[in-house]
Amino acid sequence: MEKARSYEKDLNFEETELRLGLPGCDDSSSLTQKGSKRVFSDTTDDVRSKPSPNCTAQIEREGAPVAKAQVVGWPPVRSSYRKNNLHVTNSMKKTEPEAPGFYVKVSMDGAPYLRKIDLKNYKGYQDLLKALENMFSCFTIGDFAKKEGSKTSEYVPTYEDKDGDWMLVGDVPWEMFIFSCKRLRIMKGSDAIGLGSNASHISSY
Amino acid sequence: MGLRSEKRRHEETHVSAFPDEVLENVLAFVKSHKDRSSASLVCKHWYEVERWSRNSVFIGNCYSLSPEILVKRFPNIRSITLKGKPRFYDFNLVPPDWGADVHSWLVVLAKAYPFLEELRLKRMTVEDESLEFLGQSFPNFKALSLVSCDGFSTDGLAAIASSCRNLEELDLQENGIKDYGGHWLSCFPESFTSMVALNFANLNSEVNFDALERLVTRCKSLKVLKLNRSVSLEQLQRLLVRAPQLTELGTGSFSQDLSLKQYSELEQAFSNCKSIHTLSGLWEVTSLYLPTIYPVCSNLKFLNLSYAGLRSPELARLLESCPNLQCLWVLDTVGDKGLEAVASSCPNLKELRVFPADPHDFDAGGVTEAGLVAVSRGCPTINYILYFCRRMTNEAVSTVAINCPGFTHFRLCILNPYQPDHLTHEPMDEAFGSVARYCPMLQRLSISGLLTDRAFELIGMHAKKLEALSVAFAGSTESGLEYVLRGCLKLRKLEVRDCSFGNASLMSGIERYESMRSLWMSACNVTMSACRCLARERPRLNVEVIREEEGDGTKAEKVYVYRSVAGPRKDCPPFVRTL
Repeated sequence: MEKARSYEKDLNFEETELRLGLPGCDDSSSLTQKGSKRVFSDTTDDVRSKPSPNCTAQIEREGAPVAKAQVVGWPPVRSSYRKNNLHVTNSMKKTEPEAPGFYVKVSMDGAPYLRKIDLKNYKGYQDLLKALENMFSCFTIGDFAKKEGSKTSEYVPTYEDKDGDWMLVGDVPWEMFIFSCKRLRIMKGSDAIGLGSNASHISSY
Repeated sequence: MGLRSEKRRHEETHVSAFPDEVLENVLAFVKSHKDRSSASLVCKHWYEVERWSRNSVFIGNCYSLSPEILVKRFPNIRSITLKGKPRFYDFNLVPPDWGADVHSWLVVLAKAYPFLEELRLKRMTVEDESLEFLGQSFPNFKALSLVSCDGFSTDGLAAIASSCRNLEELDLQENGIKDYGGHWLSCFPESFTSMVALNFANLNSEVNFDALERLVTRCKSLKVLKLNRSVSLEQLQRLLVRAPQLTELGTGSFSQDLSLKQYSELEQAFSNCKSIHTLSGLWEVTSLYLPTIYPVCSNLKFLNLSYAGLRSPELARLLESCPNLQCLWVLDTVGDKGLEAVASSCPNLKELRVFPADPHDFDAGGVTEAGLVAVSRGCPTINYILYFCRRMTNEAVSTVAINCPGFTHFRLCILNPYQPDHLTHEPMDEAFGSVARYCPMLQRLSISGLLTDRAFELIGMHAKKLEALSVAFAGSTESGLEYVLRGCLKLRKLEVRDCSFGNASLMSGIERYESMRSLWMSACNVTMSACRCLARERPRLNVEVIREEEGDGTKAEKVYVYRSVAGPRKDCPPFVRTL
């Protein structure tokens, strides 16, 4: 339980709030490092303390809602071809993901089309399941985030991990989950017998 | 009336009285593509002679023409350079499956140029099938160079190795190759001896060393050998002994525990390579084994240390032996002190590239404005710089520009977007203004840091020879790019991302785009209607919009504009629309 909370804190967006204001900010790799760094706080503080006419335009833009949450392709260096091997031993260093964000497909049994979501947008399992519920609400009358006292959910969220196995959502810490999840499938409860058709443990995260 | 037409006829015959053979002979000395194009415009006769005698062609944008148009004009081509995707593809801004598949080209080329010898591709999609087809279709094929391409695997390389009996060059750089293992190298038949340049540093998996050693031994003309990381120091020594005639060497991994005997054998092997002028690889090199390469340092012209995280003391010691160095690539682990060593040891340096060891770590050290200034003092004839740093000042860049007026390529990347002058907190406008002002031969410029429209005003005012400009996270108003599009009349390539520029900027270049190779604008403030307007006004341009996300449909997220004689693309994926 404690561990789960610390994962959530690492994905805490407050520390990087200033960065989110800048259009096209990069969150992808620095967020995953423990003790997330305040990336632009130095520079933006400098800018704010010495405003100049040209800079105010920048500051105003920083406050504007940002269209993208990550900067794709910045800095313009193909790091995969030029990794500094001296740092490879530091296991917390994550390599830049191939695609921007952690986009995974979400399918629901019986739905006519799939959806795609960015796992980075969610703070944890509860957040994710709520979002899934909203996304697929037109297709289901049951809910799949089990609430206290409600009956067993009709649908069970599962995911395919890096090894190709289908796992029940919620067993591993959130941060581990977003890295190993390749796609999500919301299974009909009847198909999920044997996986443990109630997802009660998810609420603890 | 009769007199005038007689005079005209006389003038016509006067020019074409030049016999074809003589003209062809003269044109054979004209190698530059630009000059040949100019020659072809002199008159119809020259056009004809030029097109029949041309055997090498450079196509900067594969969609600017079609292969059919190419083969119709030039019947005798032996060498083709073909570039595909926009450059920002290297930084994941262009979705995969965008296009630039070489196969449709190969099909036409196979029919028209059965004697094709060289193919150099950059940012093209190349499937294994295409490589197989290539191997089967061109019996005289000599040189294949693939840079920043993707779509193929080591199976495709195996096909090349087994079918191209006369291959002299196989050059792989920065490609996205599906690496299924090193078996491809073993596919060169034992009778194959023609290799002159082999570069497989791009691949990671181990090749069969015996096969490699035999290949190196029997290819007596081998001059360029760039190994991959899987080749050990011991193996390197064995190869060097077999190929002391090498001029360019890319080592494998430099981390192996060597005995004293092995160490001295390696050093001896390097000593025997008296012709090496280019050295790269050096993965995981440590100060312990670096001295083994000292014997080749005095002849070195190009040293690529961008895979070796050297620190300043090691670099300084190494460079002391490299007085003739003209081109140096390093990681920023060398720090400002390392660059001071560059300044003191390499007065003839022409090109310096400093790459970030940790590009996403905004707190790491690296190099600063001090290192750049030091280099400008010690290397006044430098003309190419690519510099990644975390802080910079206007004053430093101005000093550098004044010290080194010979810059042709100035690419400065301040890692934090929107970062102002480190000391004054002003925008970095004056820095790039100085480069434009004091470097009259500036051809290529990449700018970064906090930038307002003023930067563009200065660039437009002074950078009269500028051909390529790369811009990110800049600008204060919608129309700032106008200065550049109106002022830099030699501009051919403009790529812009995440800037304030909008429709006014886009439309300000309406007169220019047909004399440019391409324009890229992404995450700016350009609307679909402006793009449609541009497409309408200029039917000889392809105005393409890439739409990946559902939006409200008014904004044009990614715009790619280029001239073309082939009309709109016929192979657009669903997310690309030609307006």
